[in-house]
Amino acid sequence: MTARQPLMLLAAAAGLLGMVALAFSIGRYPVAFPDLLRVLWSWLGGAAHGLDPAIETVVLQIRGPRVIAALLVGAALAAAGAAYQNLFRNPLVSPDILGVSAGAAVGAVLGIFLSLGIVAIQSMALAGGLAAVAMVYVVARAVRGHDPLLVLVLAGVVLGSLLGAFVALMKYLADPYNQLPAITFWLLGSLASVSPRDLWIAGPLMLAGLLPLWLLRWRINVLSLDDEEARALGVATVRIRLAVIVGATLMTSAAVAISGVIGWIGLVIPHFARLITGPDFSRLLPVSVLLGAGFLVGVDTLARSIADVEVPLGVLTAFIGTPLFLWQLTTARRGWQ
Amino acid sequence: MKLSAQGLAFGYRDHRVGSDVTLELASGEVLCLLGPNGSGKTTLFKTLLGLLPPQQGSVMIEGRDTRNLARDAIARQISYVPQAHGAFFPYTVRETVLMGRTAHLGLFSAPSASDHAATAAAIERMGISHLADAIYTQISGGERQLALIARALAQEARVVIMDEPTANLDFGNQVRVLERIRALAGEGIGVLLSTHDPDHAFLCADRVAMLHQGRLVACGETAAVMTAPQLQQLYGIPVSVTELSLQGGGSSKVCLPLRML
Repeated sequence: MTARQPLMLLAAAAGLLGMVALAFSIGRYPVAFPDLLRVLWSWLGGAAHGLDPAIETVVLQIRGPRVIAALLVGAALAAAGAAYQNLFRNPLVSPDILGVSAGAAVGAVLGIFLSLGIVAIQSMALAGGLAAVAMVYVVARAVRGHDPLLVLVLAGVVLGSLLGAFVALMKYLADPYNQLPAITFWLLGSLASVSPRDLWIAGPLMLAGLLPLWLLRWRINVLSLDDEEARALGVATVRIRLAVIVGATLMTSAAVAISGVIGWIGLVIPHFARLITGPDFSRLLPVSVLLGAGFLVGVDTLARSIADVEVPLGVLTAFIGTPLFLWQLTTARRGWQ
Repeated sequence: MKLSAQGLAFGYRDHRVGSDVTLELASGEVLCLLGPNGSGKTTLFKTLLGLLPPQQGSVMIEGRDTRNLARDAIARQISYVPQAHGAFFPYTVRETVLMGRTAHLGLFSAPSASDHAATAAAIERMGISHLADAIYTQISGGERQLALIARALAQEARVVIMDEPTANLDFGNQVRVLERIRALAGEGIGVLLSTHDPDHAFLCADRVAMLHQGRLVACGETAAVMTAPQLQQLYGIPVSVTELSLQGGGSSKVCLPLRML
C-alpha cells in the first residue's frame, strides 16, 4: 500500500494537470496548447508570447479565475466530505446530506438579499453552515437508541427542507427583477461570475479550513472509531472533533459562497478516493483534494462547452454524480465494508 | 501501586450502577473480575479508564487522580481492550494496531518509523503477522480480539484493562490469549480482565474480584476467593470446585455447574 502511494498521487496529479490544460483550451474561443503554454510562460515573467492579445485575455482574465475557482471549490468540497465521513463514521454523509451546504446557502442568500458585500456574504455562509451542522449533530445525539445513520440522514433531510423554506421565503420577498434571478442562478451553482477578488477571499479561507484537517490527519483516523475507544487511545475527542467540524464547515461554506450549491462532490469523490487509498485519512485527504479539483474543473469545462448556453454546475454534477454513486454503491463496497 | 480505586461509585449520569468499590492493581499482577451479566463490569472498567467520571471516590494511576490527567497522559498509563466490535471503515489490521500509538504522537504528528516498528512487534507478539495486511472488518471475531490486544500492546501502557478478552475466541485461542496475559504480567504489566468463565480465573489470575449488583462481594487471592460457596452466591447456581491432578504431575482447579451433572 505504502509503496503505491507516491504512484497514486502522481497519477492523480497528472490527471488534474490534464484537466486544467483542457479547461484552458476548450471553449467558444479555443486556445491551442502551445499558445496556452506561451501565454502562461510570459505571465510567469518569461519571454513575451507575441500572440493575439485576445488569447491572453481569454486565458488570464476569463478562464484563469474560473479554472482556479473550480480547482478550489472542487478540492474544498471533496476534502470537507472526506472529513465529515470520518467524523460521523459514515461513508454516506457529505456536506449536502448533513445540511451544511443548505445552511451556508441560507446564509449566502440572506447576504445577497440584503445586498451585502462579498466578505459579509462569506461570513454569513460560514455562520449558516456551522449552525446547520451543529443542529444536525445535536439532533443525532439527542435521538438515541435508533440506527445512527438513519437519524443523521433524516436530521439532515428534515433540516434541509426547513432551510429550503427559508430560501423560498427570501426568494418570495426578493426584488423579482434584480435579486430573484441572482439568487436563483446562484442556487443552481455556477462559477461563471467568480471574480479574482472572490478568490482572494475564499482561497485563504479554504486553506485555513484545510490546515486543521491535514495537521490532525492521524487523530481523525482514530476519531472514526467508537468514541470511547478513541478516548481510551488518548484522543481528546470533543476538542479534535470541534476543530475538524469547524475546518470542514469553513471549507464548505467558502465554496458555497462563491459557487452556489454544487452537490455530490463531497459524497462521491471521497468515496472514490477511499477505493484507491483505503481509509487512512493521511492518504485519503490529498487524493480527495486532487480528485475533487480535477473533477470539478472537468465538469465546469463540460458545463460551458456542451451546449450553446451554460448548463448550471449543480445540475451537471447531479447528472454525473448520481449514477456514479449508485454504480459504486451496488458494485464496489470494499471502500467501507 | 499502578492503579487503585478508592470508595468508587460509578454509573451513567443520574443512573448509579455500582458503589463502594475499592481495589488495587500492582504491576506484574493479573486481577480477574468475575460477575454475572449486568453486574456493572464494563461500567466499572470505563470509570477506571477515566471514560466515565467517578460519581464518588477516585481513581488513581501512579498516585495521580485520573480527573487531573489529560486523555493522552491516561492512555500512556492504561490501555483498553474493548469487546471485539464492528469497525466503520476498512482499516487493515496493521493500521488498527498502529492507532495504539496515538497517545505517544504529538497532536499534529503521524506515526513514524519507530511507531511502525512497535506496531509490527505487537502484531508479532500476538501471533497474527499473517493477518497484518488483512482488512480488520473482514477477519473473524476472534482474530479481531487478537488485533485489539495487539493494539493495546502497541500502546505500551503499564496497565491493560481487558473487557472479556476471551469472549469470541475458540478454545485454542482462549488459552493462547490467557497465556499471553500471563506473559504480559511476567513483563511487569498489570492486567485487569473480566471473564464469564471461572476456569479462566483459575488458569491465569493472581487475584480475583467478584462484582455483584455493582458491589465487590469478594476480592483476594485466587485460591482464597474462588470457593464453591462464593461462586454459588455470585452466579446463583450450585457449583463444585474440584482439584484435578494432571497427567505428568501438578494440579489445577476447575469449576463445574452441579445442576447439569
